[in-house]
Amino acid sequence: MPWTREEMCSIAAMELKDGYYCNLGIGMPTKVANYIPEGVNVTLQSENGMLGMGPFPKKNQVDADIINAGKQTITELPETSYFDSSDSFAMIRGGHIDLSILGALQVSEEGDLANWMIPGKMVKGMGGAMDLVAGVKKVLILMEHNAKDGQPKLLKKCTLPLTGKSVVNTVITDLGKFDILPNGVKINQAAPNVDIDEIRSRTEATIID
Amino acid sequence: MSSKKVYQNAHEAMQGILRDGLTILSGGFGICGIAENITEEIKNSKVKDLTVVSNNCGIDGYGLGTLLQTRQIKKMISSYVGENKTFEEQYLNGDLELEFSPQGTLAERCRAGGAGIPAFYTKTGVGTVIAEGKETKVIDGVEYLMERAIKGDLSIIKAWKGDHSGNLIFRKAARNFNPPMAKAGNICVVEVEHLVEIGDLDPDHIHLPGIYVDRIFEGTYTEKKIEFVTLTE
Repeated sequence: MPWTREEMCSIAAMELKDGYYCNLGIGMPTKVANYIPEGVNVTLQSENGMLGMGPFPKKNQVDADIINAGKQTITELPETSYFDSSDSFAMIRGGHIDLSILGALQVSEEGDLANWMIPGKMVKGMGGAMDLVAGVKKVLILMEHNAKDGQPKLLKKCTLPLTGKSVVNTVITDLGKFDILPNGVKINQAAPNVDIDEIRSRTEATIID
Repeated sequence: MSSKKVYQNAHEAMQGILRDGLTILSGGFGICGIAENITEEIKNSKVKDLTVVSNNCGIDGYGLGTLLQTRQIKKMISSYVGENKTFEEQYLNGDLELEFSPQGTLAERCRAGGAGIPAFYTKTGVGTVIAEGKETKVIDGVEYLMERAIKGDLSIIKAWKGDHSGNLIFRKAARNFNPPMAKAGNICVVEVEHLVEIGDLDPDHIHLPGIYVDRIFEGTYTEKKIEFVTLTE
């Protein structure tokens, strides 16, 4: 059985270690915050200028001046701090963030990431993704193993415009968890009852033993 | 002293500044912390061919989005322009120029512009389309690309509190791009929710010293808009 999206988030949450400062991307990565294990204290950074993000607000807690990078309302915590965008990216670019979890269109076996642009379609922009992958200590990607049309997304080389070169450390898909190593992609963990042959047949990247 | 910086409203504060072809640096992230009174005044002035440097371009019918509807913007320099149909239409028609700058690079280009640093090296964007045509340099074995600073004719800024000398305090995540944008404009006009007397703000709590601020006024606000109200489940 491939992992559900909830299970993927829960597997990703295991990568969050006590004391980490993390930046979670828009979409599925944001949901990883709901699965942080008990007793693990993680501080979430939001690149629009907030450290120490709390959960989404109750109706009576909504404040237009407290939003995350996806422009969603959010709450603050007792330890929260605010700062401007240049400070925020000094934290990111300066290597002070331990882990970033992002979505992807394609990842190559060399750790190249494409997640911001499909030529011929409306380009919305890279936002802070290029800065995040260039600066944080570890980059974890959460994505479906294959695109809607069945094409592999874990490739030898990305065909879409890159967000960063050799930046991805780990990829979690519905089929398993993969480490990007210098000589290829290693299966760290397969989803229950998903066999290695199925993973190989649905992956273009070189899978090493 | 310094009360020469204080104006009654957006219309008065913008006197003698607005003209066609200005490069405007706008604070705000999405529609959080945007100078809506000043933007409205720019719209009413009908100046055109503007280059706007802003992380986003507002949303349809609000913030900088209103200047798109009136076709006053010629070029945007931004990191993310989703959530805006007018933008998409004008861009795809070729009516609007667009330069993407990664968000941290954009913030730093403006910070640098205000700090007298003409260019800097960054890892962000190395090996991507952003690096095309830019000088690169290997420093201590790592490849970096050179990004140029941004300076503008006019900074349009929103703060929570400001005093008559232009000292500013921002509120929560509405600070975002406001300080770096404020520093990089030849003229910086600020709208605040609360204009207070000199001495009312604790000097240790000032986020942006008044040296960066040329004109300040208390804006008029109704309810603050929110792009995505997301509640706990």
